[in-house]
Amino acid sequence: MSSSKRITKEYGELENDPIPGVTIKPIDQDMYNWDIEMSGPAGTPYANGTFKVRLTLPTEYPFKPPTIAFKTKIYHPNVSNDDKGNMCLGMLRTDDWKPSCKLRTVLTLAMKLLNEPDTNDAVETSIVEQMKSNHDAYVQRAKEWTKTYAV
Amino acid sequence: MAMSSDEEYGSDQMMSDDELDADSLGELAGNLDSDYDNDADDDQFLENMRDDKPQKPAYEVDYTTLSDAELRNKQKEQVEDVRHILGQPVEQTAILLRYFKWQKERLIDKYMDDPDKVLEDAGLGAEWNDDPKLEKVRGFSCDICCDDDAEMNTYSMRCGHRYCADCYKQYLENKIMSEGESGRIQCPTDGCSRIVDSKTVRLLASPKVLARYGELLNRTYVDDKPNLRWCPAPECEFAVDCAVRQTELHKIIPTVVCNCGLRFCFGCGHNDHQPCPCALMKKWLKKCEDDSETANWISAHTKECPKCVSTIEKNGGCNHMTCRKCKHEFCWVCMGPWSEHGTNWYNCNRFEEKSGEEARGQQAKSRASLERYLHYYNRYANHDHSAKLDKDLYVKTEKKMTSLQSSSGMSWIEVQYLEAASTALQQCRQTLKWTYAFAFYLQRNNDTYIFEDNQRDLEMAVEQLSELFEKPADQLAASRKEMVDKTAYVGHRRRILLEDTANGLRDERWQFTTDIR
Ligand SMILES: [Zn+2]
Ligand SMILES: [Zn+2]
Ligand SMILES: [Zn+2]
Ligand SMILES: [Zn+2]
Repeated sequence: MSSSKRITKEYGELENDPIPGVTIKPIDQDMYNWDIEMSGPAGTPYANGTFKVRLTLPTEYPFKPPTIAFKTKIYHPNVSNDDKGNMCLGMLRTDDWKPSCKLRTVLTLAMKLLNEPDTNDAVETSIVEQMKSNHDAYVQRAKEWTKTYAV
Repeated sequence: MAMSSDEEYGSDQMMSDDELDADSLGELAGNLDSDYDNDADDDQFLENMRDDKPQKPAYEVDYTTLSDAELRNKQKEQVEDVRHILGQPVEQTAILLRYFKWQKERLIDKYMDDPDKVLEDAGLGAEWNDDPKLEKVRGFSCDICCDDDAEMNTYSMRCGHRYCADCYKQYLENKIMSEGESGRIQCPTDGCSRIVDSKTVRLLASPKVLARYGELLNRTYVDDKPNLRWCPAPECEFAVDCAVRQTELHKIIPTVVCNCGLRFCFGCGHNDHQPCPCALMKKWLKKCEDDSETANWISAHTKECPKCVSTIEKNGGCNHMTCRKCKHEFCWVCMGPWSEHGTNWYNCNRFEEKSGEEARGQQAKSRASLERYLHYYNRYANHDHSAKLDKDLYVKTEKKMTSLQSSSGMSWIEVQYLEAASTALQQCRQTLKWTYAFAFYLQRNNDTYIFEDNQRDLEMAVEQLSELFEKPADQLAASRKEMVDKTAYVGHRRRILLEDTANGLRDERWQFTTDIR
């Protein structure tokens, strides 16, 4: 019933069959905190950037959902623009999370969000507004941030 | 002019502490042939009240309070009722009723139409009769904990999604204890919306979790039914049943008193805010929050005597101030001389709009609107603060009186009038406080004057009663009759004001500067 067996298994599967663009640093001591690097997908303002991400599993995992936080600053409507850098993912909400959900799905979805931001479920509504009113300005700003913080 | 309420509100069974006050006061005062300085509308009011058979005041609503056990019974009865019609087991019927928010007729209609769809939508799937049980399954590996011990117990609902019993248990415990879920817990499988039934919970959960589950289910019943609301007092377990709908809140302020003693609004759950309708109350609180900085300076609790400029601190609730140094008497709220306040010239509550010529230009206008707001806010905040001071003073006085009582041999009943006076004072200040939010949004017309007169009369009566509390304890015994009379009188003035405002709301006679729907 302890979550270590489950976490080890999930980690092993991700190591053997990695998600494209997602690199997981080896976990040694603390299996509840994963350091991850996500490559900005080509064709997006995040291209060529490497984003450090912290995946945190609660001690009650998998009964409670993990959290994803960007350690590298990123100009993205689904990532909070503060010192936390939390990414809001629908499936990570307490009400929507099920213990059968897998970290592979979580990371795949996070990668998908980098590819195409979800404007309907944004934490940074001002970025969504900019995307709608002046998309070029958004792209430029996001590229600048990528260059400044993630390259 | 007896205030004993028997003949006035006689047969009404609903709780009303107005009645209680008046009753107990009647007893305490013995023969209450009081000498109010009546004015014409008091007499008119009492005439009307006496005329016909007992009539419920317009500001009161019908309601009942329900205990935990009564709530459970109500649910049981309804499940019993519906399960025979649907031909479904108890557990399943309960889930269906909850899914339909206890709208029995809608459930039955839909079920008769398409039972399979209803069961599916409610997360029940196909029919199910057996008792759920744990099983050992050869070659099974739990998808949650990744254990594959052949000896471990496993469980699945009818959807077939199987997990080890420990994981299932922990899943339920997390949902119930830490997320407060009950009637809408789904199968642990991502994408499966089957609802966990109470038989499953009973099979798997510990007694503690099961008890909490029952409590939470009880809660959803109250939350789902528009005619029920939990008493907002912390730790209070009663719910109130009242038929007033959310769509009626612009016409009535359904104020109820829980068995625990809390007086609150059934419409919004806020503490008693009569005579200010829910929508105005919310707007007012929002405004006060937004403008709190502007308003801060006036809520200071020390001021200067308008005559000799020495600092004066307020330590009782009464607004009648006397400067210690120069003996000048003035009103704490408007800083005007008190001599004008005891008469019908009293104008402290009314905001005098400046004539149009003065309020020209944008700056002048915004200053005028700020002044207007501060006029009402000042009085609103002051009654709030005064109520606290009144209370403090009462507690002190009561202590003194109790010690006096033991030395002078006065009986217990003889000091009860103090408590009655204090309670009446608290209640009237609460009402007065909200009259200022009400008045702030009120559009000026002929009715406004009647309202302001009522407000003034209540305020005057309240300040007079409040002042009595400032007397030294040993002199209080002498003013017992005066205090009993004044207590009855403030209650009477409060009822007049509430009756008028409630009638006006019901008839949509008040015009407000903002939408109250
Ligand atoms: Zn398990
Ligand atoms: Zn299932
Ligand atoms: Zn209560
Ligand atoms: Zn209300």
